[in-house]
Amino acid sequence: MFVSFWNKLSINQKLAITAWLFLAVPIAFYVIIRFYPTFEAFYVSTLKWNLLGAKKYIGLRNYEKIFADEDFWLVLSNTFKYAGVGVPISLFLAFSIAYFLNEINRWHDFIRALYFIPFLTTAVAMAWVWKWFYQPMPIGYINYFLTSVGIPAQPFLKSVHQGLYAIMAPAVWAGLGFQVIIFIAGIRAIPRSYYEAAEIDGAGRWQILREITLPSLKPTVIFLTVVSTIGFLRIFDQVYSMTTNGSGGPLNTTKPLVLMIYEFAFDEFKLGRAAALTVILFVILLVISMFQLWLMRKKP
Amino acid sequence: MNRYIKKPIVALAAGIVALSASLASAVEIEYWQYTYGSRVKAIDALIETFEAANPGITVKHTNFPYADYRKKVAIAVSAGDGPDVVQLYYGWLNDYRDSGLLQPLSKEAFPHASIESEFFPMVSTMKVDGDYWGLPTAVRALALFYNKDLFAAAGLSGAPETLDEMVEYAKKLTKKDSGGNYEVVGYATDGGAGQEHHFMREVLTRLFGGAPYSDDGTKVTYNDAAGAKALKYLTDFQMTHKTGASGFMNRGQDAFKAGKAGMVLDGSFRINTFKKVEELNFGIAELPGHEGNRYNFASYWINGISSKAEGEKLAAANKFLQHITNDAAMQLWLDTVGELPAKPAIALTDENQAHPYFGPFIRGLGYATATAFKSEKPQRQAIIDAIDMVTLQGVSPSDALNKVAKDEQEVLDDYYDN
Repeated sequence: MFVSFWNKLSINQKLAITAWLFLAVPIAFYVIIRFYPTFEAFYVSTLKWNLLGAKKYIGLRNYEKIFADEDFWLVLSNTFKYAGVGVPISLFLAFSIAYFLNEINRWHDFIRALYFIPFLTTAVAMAWVWKWFYQPMPIGYINYFLTSVGIPAQPFLKSVHQGLYAIMAPAVWAGLGFQVIIFIAGIRAIPRSYYEAAEIDGAGRWQILREITLPSLKPTVIFLTVVSTIGFLRIFDQVYSMTTNGSGGPLNTTKPLVLMIYEFAFDEFKLGRAAALTVILFVILLVISMFQLWLMRKKP
Repeated sequence: MNRYIKKPIVALAAGIVALSASLASAVEIEYWQYTYGSRVKAIDALIETFEAANPGITVKHTNFPYADYRKKVAIAVSAGDGPDVVQLYYGWLNDYRDSGLLQPLSKEAFPHASIESEFFPMVSTMKVDGDYWGLPTAVRALALFYNKDLFAAAGLSGAPETLDEMVEYAKKLTKKDSGGNYEVVGYATDGGAGQEHHFMREVLTRLFGGAPYSDDGTKVTYNDAAGAKALKYLTDFQMTHKTGASGFMNRGQDAFKAGKAGMVLDGSFRINTFKKVEELNFGIAELPGHEGNRYNFASYWINGISSKAEGEKLAAANKFLQHITNDAAMQLWLDTVGELPAKPAIALTDENQAHPYFGPFIRGLGYATATAFKSEKPQRQAIIDAIDMVTLQGVSPSDALNKVAKDEQEVLDDYYDN
């Protein structure tokens, strides 16, 4: 019966059915593993619930408590600092490296691979190595180097001012490889004829960079900005591994939103409060993604 | 019937009957703890003697890293899976109890009168709402570890007896290079991490005449003049005396292990860690006193029965819990893990009290208190934050304590609201 039914279908209908069959698996996966828990989080955020006991509906109390908590505002500002400072620095570095790497032909592939290796390394392992770099004398390499050139040793992770940037550095470094590759691909996709025309017209290097290379890279820059902004807003591994007891210290000055969610959920078992925080993070990420779509829509 | 068919069938039937009978009487219970070499070895030894004494009960021992421990227990038990008997830090009791992970110990299997007459009084913290929720095999106290070689080189003959001596000794022991960087710290401070927040809360605050909490445990009371003196004393090692900095060689215990620290505070469980370092010539002394008083902080891990155990598993779990908290288990725990027996009758023997390593800890138990934590992590963080405020932001000790006392009071209020 099935065979006769199948034989009556047109090619296009068969194609559509086959496509939907294949699509059914990822769709089911997304609905069950991604979308359902996401909507569940909205519901849990209105509960007082400690994972096992009775669930008690408390309306928006979790949100009220979060907004009244001064630590939340500090954590939110830390989160935006990671993104606000980390993204421009990493884009600037990645573009500079890609730009110059594109100019050289010798060793090009090898050097590109070197930049890419940190991206492949486990964030936690890397964070621990950097944590040791930052140690005070006599075991920290960076302080050893500083004192040997006459600069006083720095507290780095033990400082309320330097801690966040000390943690940001390995995160920037780790993401660099990926961004360099995307930038190189972007630069190579710019038609050579633009450059040839500019050279004939007598444009200088700087002018070519400003008038041709950068404007042509706009889609690449937007893509990388959005991806790395979301990455930095979700920073966790580095902070958890590099701070004492994984607490985002000293004095919460390095704690990002995701770590706060983790602490509420798995240290204090306040699932409702943690879910409310994830909803807040979700809204922030949603707004940024919508902004990206809006930017991409406008043709350069 | 052909005998070649009949005989095997009879044998098979007999076999099935025997097998199902043994299956019916075989109970398997699960025991969970975190991974720590000597603890794993001790429990394995106790399971062996238990299974020999109780045929028909087997115990499955599972352990995993400390970092994931609490999470995994919570998630497994809430899914109806996980341990029947579980080990947990006494400070987590309320978190576990509130989450419904534990059931109270039965009064028949664990009569309150015998718990109260046999165990150290601090175990009474485990009695909540008229029930006991867990029992320890061992207890721990704090003591001062000191490096004998560094002491001799500084012309010091024994450990400091008072807080003032401790400062004086720390100054003598500290060595710095020409750039002012520490080469040897006199006292290895952890900025409140490790065991140091306990030292601040239960020892220093009391030595300066205060108390960390009100008697009924509902109010934070360390934010007074005594608390401020205690916090100033602790942070002065970094700020004024400059005898060490938090983070030097990573942690205090690492600095001490490397022979780069004159003194460090730690628990009896660290003895074995330091003993493994051959070049390290160390001594252990009771925590220094002040104006004729001494205080100490005691803590312990308890074994509780998870809410999942019922029926014959619960009966087996009760038996196993009795087995791992009996006198023989406590002596085995002391010999294997280095933690002190939870019953005075076994801990306070002359031999144990005179022991060069265990002695100072055991004597410390006599004047130790255990904080009744409501939620250990945020309460620990409060003390760490107070120390950070003073050492990193220059906040005055009393202002710092006022600030964190407010945070910690919220934790207490949250608990008593329930």
